[in-house]
Amino acid sequence: MSIFKKKQKAELPAISTASLPDIVFMLLFFFMVATVMRNDTLIVKNELPYADQIEKLDRKNMVIHIYAGKPSSRYKNVGTEAKIQLNDKFAPIQEIKSFVLEEIKSKPEELRPFLTTALKVDKDTKMGLVGDIKKELRAIHMLKINYTTKTGQVSNNLQ
Amino acid sequence: MARRLAPEVNAGSMADIAFLLLIFFLVSTTIETDYGISRKLPPPPDEVKSDIIVKEKNLFRVELNQANELFVEKKPLRFEELKAAAIAFLDNGGGLEKEHCGYCQGARDPKSSDNPNKAIISLINSRETNYETYITVQNELISAYNELRNREALRIYGISFTEMQVQLKDANHSGDKKKLRERIKEIQLLYPEKLSEAEPVTAEL
Repeated sequence: MSIFKKKQKAELPAISTASLPDIVFMLLFFFMVATVMRNDTLIVKNELPYADQIEKLDRKNMVIHIYAGKPSSRYKNVGTEAKIQLNDKFAPIQEIKSFVLEEIKSKPEELRPFLTTALKVDKDTKMGLVGDIKKELRAIHMLKINYTTKTGQVSNNLQ
Repeated sequence: MARRLAPEVNAGSMADIAFLLLIFFLVSTTIETDYGISRKLPPPPDEVKSDIIVKEKNLFRVELNQANELFVEKKPLRFEELKAAAIAFLDNGGGLEKEHCGYCQGARDPKSSDNPNKAIISLINSRETNYETYITVQNELISAYNELRNREALRIYGISFTEMQVQLKDANHSGDKKKLRERIKEIQLLYPEKLSEAEPVTAEL
């Protein structure tokens, strides 16, 4: 009986937290690997529309990004009209040509015929601006484009 | 002098440091979307021959006006009905003899398209149309093509068209890629994507 009594008196052992750093490190490594650092800081509102008939863009270094949308709240001083963002600044429509040609030049020669232009356009933008971008791209023979969208049912769009 | 042992480094704060880093990465992570609708633009206007004559019945007019309303063949239509209408048009196969379409399962209405490779969808939008609406319409039209292609691919090869495309892009796929590419081409030829986009119109519809 004496053995029993001893056990009842014993306190609960403290839970070892020695493996906590390991768990945290595991999570840390996951996020470090999964993180894609943005090359461009967004200065336009960029809420993409939904679509489900989509393809994956194959390689990061074969894509040229063009953003468009209304200036985000920090840049209200430039107006509320939808604007184009190239690199880190607002750009007029005429600059697209030189920007894209510059980007093409910076890529290795063997990749150049496969470059795609990704249009990341806010869903509230008017088609006039998108049409103008497309016209500029046609003029310099950058014919492969991709309308970047979120994955989802299109019925999400029309609400 | 007594030999001193190197003091043991306290690792207790390692978890804190790791937490700090973890929180930084959690906050700064933006899971970037690199999915989208791929399209090919037509070459510049001065290089396109404009003397191609298209029969009125082979043309499927989709219009979007400045109030984001959809008009198909001049009649208003709901967005949900667009896909079915496009499939009915593409798969009609009303042509006879030389233009007969053996694999079409449509109504064979002589007033609608002759053959899928003659059928052209024309998409016209206003400058004031919303991008969101435009993407919705593009998506519905592409899904119409994909559905027809899936049907034919399933019938001929027993595997859907979208599945074939996924396999082609998959680096770990252990099949004959050349054969796969040929098959995809063949299915694409059965229902070629003829989606014409005119310049956005400024005039009100």
